[in-house]
Amino acid sequence: MMANLPFIMVALFIAIGLYAVLFKTNLIKIVMGISIIESAVNLFLIAGGYVKGGIAPIYTSAPEGEEMVLPTPQALTLTAIVIGLATTALLLSFVVLIYRHYGSIDSRKIRGLRE
Amino acid sequence: MRRAVSALLALLIFAYLFGVLLKAPIPGDYRDERYNYYSPLSGREANESVPDHYVERGEEETGSQNIVTSIVVLYRGFDTLGEVTVLFTAATGVAFLLSTQRSKGEKEKKKEPNFMASTGVGLVLPFILLVGAYIFVHGHLTPGGGFPGGAVIATGFVLMLVAYPRFQLREKKVSVVEAFSGLAFAVIGLISLIMGLTFLENYLPKGVAGTLLSAGIIPLIYIAIGFKVGSELSAIVSHMKGGEE
Repeated sequence: MMANLPFIMVALFIAIGLYAVLFKTNLIKIVMGISIIESAVNLFLIAGGYVKGGIAPIYTSAPEGEEMVLPTPQALTLTAIVIGLATTALLLSFVVLIYRHYGSIDSRKIRGLRE
Repeated sequence: MRRAVSALLALLIFAYLFGVLLKAPIPGDYRDERYNYYSPLSGREANESVPDHYVERGEEETGSQNIVTSIVVLYRGFDTLGEVTVLFTAATGVAFLLSTQRSKGEKEKKKEPNFMASTGVGLVLPFILLVGAYIFVHGHLTPGGGFPGGAVIATGFVLMLVAYPRFQLREKKVSVVEAFSGLAFAVIGLISLIMGLTFLENYLPKGVAGTLLSAGIIPLIYIAIGFKVGSELSAIVSHMKGGEE
């Protein structure tokens, strides 16, 4: 049970992010919810590559004979973090555009089409 | 009502994921169950799963001490080229969205720089840039690499924007840096095609493992990525702040 804690935190973070995306009306908070879900997925990948008692996969002054954690999920997570950053920047700039156009970032007030 | 429905949906998803992930193998345990087999290709008994191959042979194959770096830059270098392209596309999108439609009357008053902030930034900025350069130059030896190093350099520009309200990024020069570093990445990859290797395969001597000038093309590629990421993130922040007048 306790050993599964990273996976349980993944489930919790995904639920929190989903709640924010579904319930919040402030667009910036929706973007934050999406970011939380992204972090949960990254945590899932990293936890999947963990090896019991493993050290970081770097040979510089590494202790002899220790097993290393799997490097592939870490490399993929690096990609995922950068792409998450890019999408978050793009989402936030859409929010800025919406604010300039409607004068509000409340998703209930920007439903109607406007000139 | 909406709160109840969204909370219910979130709870359902949580219960589902909880149930599934409780049955998943505990992180770190599953490797006890693996088995070794005789590999006819290498002529020895080994577990030839891909991550094990990277951990066991990555150092001798690439000369890089940091296995994650060797995966990101060499084994999956083409993937990283795509990743840099995604970042470039997003930075272009932010520039396009935020610089074309500037509404009038939104110009904030330019304040005088705060003395404390400007003095502090003047002291700290060179060290921030130095640390960023250190991180991406030593990407094959220590944790780090082009992406974190570039992000650290971009924080230096964010500090300048905070401390000097009139500070503006010279976006033309930044985009020149960005274009040339992206070009350098692609050209480094194309040279290996010219030399008869596969795209982004190492063609420089690997050098002595653990020294700065080792691991062939990895440091060159990470320097290019560091400059590219640093200039792109700085441009994104600058556009979000309001851009060039």
